[in-house]
Amino acid sequence: MIRDHITGKAWKFGSNVSTDSIAPGRLISLRANPKEYAKHVLEDARPEFAKEVQIDDFIVADRNFGCGSSREIAPIIIKLAGVGAVLSKSFGRIFYRNAINNGMLLIECDTDQIAEGDTLFIDLKKCVIQKKNDPAFSMPFTLSEKEIKIVSEGGLLNYIEKYKSLDI
Amino acid sequence: MGQTLVEKILSEKMQRQVKAGETIVVDVDFAALHDGSGPLLVRLMKERGYDGDPVFDASRVLFANEFGPVPTREIANEHALCRSYAAEKGCHWQEGGTGHVHAHVYETHLKCGSVCIVGDSHTTIHGAFGCFATGCGSTDMVAVTRFGKTWVKVPETFRINVTGKLQEGVYSKDIMLKLASIIKSDQAIYKSLEFRGDTISSLSMDGRLTITSMGVDVGAKCAIMETDNHTLQFLQQMGRPHDYREIRGDEDAHYERVIDIDATKLEALVSMPHYMENVELAKNCSQQKVNMVFIGSCTNGRVEDMHIAAEILKGKKVAPGVRLLVIPNSTYVYKECMRDGTLLALAEAGAIIEAPNCGPCMGVHQGIPGDGEVVLATQNRNFKGRMGNPSASIYLSSPATAAATALTGYITDPCEVMG
Ligand code: SF4
Repeated sequence: MIRDHITGKAWKFGSNVSTDSIAPGRLISLRANPKEYAKHVLEDARPEFAKEVQIDDFIVADRNFGCGSSREIAPIIIKLAGVGAVLSKSFGRIFYRNAINNGMLLIECDTDQIAEGDTLFIDLKKCVIQKKNDPAFSMPFTLSEKEIKIVSEGGLLNYIEKYKSLDI
Repeated sequence: MGQTLVEKILSEKMQRQVKAGETIVVDVDFAALHDGSGPLLVRLMKERGYDGDPVFDASRVLFANEFGPVPTREIANEHALCRSYAAEKGCHWQEGGTGHVHAHVYETHLKCGSVCIVGDSHTTIHGAFGCFATGCGSTDMVAVTRFGKTWVKVPETFRINVTGKLQEGVYSKDIMLKLASIIKSDQAIYKSLEFRGDTISSLSMDGRLTITSMGVDVGAKCAIMETDNHTLQFLQQMGRPHDYREIRGDEDAHYERVIDIDATKLEALVSMPHYMENVELAKNCSQQKVNMVFIGSCTNGRVEDMHIAAEILKGKKVAPGVRLLVIPNSTYVYKECMRDGTLLALAEAGAIIEAPNCGPCMGVHQGIPGDGEVVLATQNRNFKGRMGNPSASIYLSSPATAAATALTGYITDPCEVMG
């Protein structure tokens, strides 16, 4: 189920935030306990993030978010931390697949136009990003058909169970 | 109009012409998981009630534990989960401490020109055998393992022509670091990298695998090379000459971008913290002191890498205050280097030699750097925290530069200490 809209605060991150940064390898022993792991999400990039992030806040990165390792725990703990969507100019390819496979929404857009702390209203029906503090601001985006289909079902495995097919 | 290598391989599998841009569901020839992706796959199978079903073809599925000997109780339990699942389904199984997953795949199972999907990002490595090989996470691997299929968007291709003879002290790792400095870590996202040219043909498989392993580190979906005599020789050595076949590229395919690298002009390079694309000449970093040197990983832990390092370190001693870790890629590499005296030469120079595994590459165990320390490693990633300590700095280089650096204690162009 893709919701109609999500409102939350923007947390800015730089380029090339790797899955090592999102889910550090040194904490690999927590993998069997994702809720515990989520308490450390992105701790190497922004130590305060995991403690202060609110439900539906947005991660707003520069480019190549989620590059590096294929560890699926990375999008899983972002989702568990309550993040509404991740916005970036581009995403690491495997992270992209892992995120949508887990029903986690990713939005490609020009993130330079969003500042730290902006409260964003993202309309997922009209595919447009607005700012609470700047009524004139409106940035359209597109979601790929694959992303909509898989995320709508809550992930790849639900999708396969429903449609009995990998054709997307 | 010709085809790119990736279009060729995927067209053959689909038994029709496929073109870059279309999305296909393709049969997988070989699938593998490690102790990063395996445990979640097993948990998903159980949660969803798929664990009673067989895998698509147990003879084509491998589980390999990379973090071994096991560092913690929790990981021991994760290993046990994969071990019993693999045994129950009759899949291939490799214990922790025998090497990383990719070495097991290309040493024992991989056929030229096949489709290979592994739950690990460095799966691009297998493209050195003319394969379409790409990595994914555990959920995608659930589909692969159950149905023997995955969905793929056929990628556009960057053709990378590498020509001319490499100078002394310059290796395939330097070619890849040069490429990273050109296309950075994200310009090749979703793309296929097709490596061609006489420099690539001149490289051994050990050298080629270094390049293809790092395809993912510039964002690529896959990295592919033609096969030739070197490929055949390698497979002969592994006792599998029948898995060889010739894969040749076309000249008139459509390439989204063509990049030419003149190998004769390359010098020893390093990638500086914390991104691979921060590439600099090794000789320009000669003031940089290091605390630890790591020679190993799926990018540079093969026989040739060990030989190059031993050649430089033989009869000499690692600089005081420097820890040198050497980790062969696989039991095969370990035994070869034991037999020919390479490990002895390295140990006599002061190297700490570990059982075949990923070592500190992913920061799990077996050589984590201390606070503020500087590491020079032959692995593929230098993200902050990658080796288990976010306050350490990681430089990346070839095994030759690593060995030269271990000798002097400062980042050193191997030409300065060679012959
Ligand atoms: S050596 Fe490093 S990059 Fe290669 S498979 Fe192991 S952890 Fe991953």
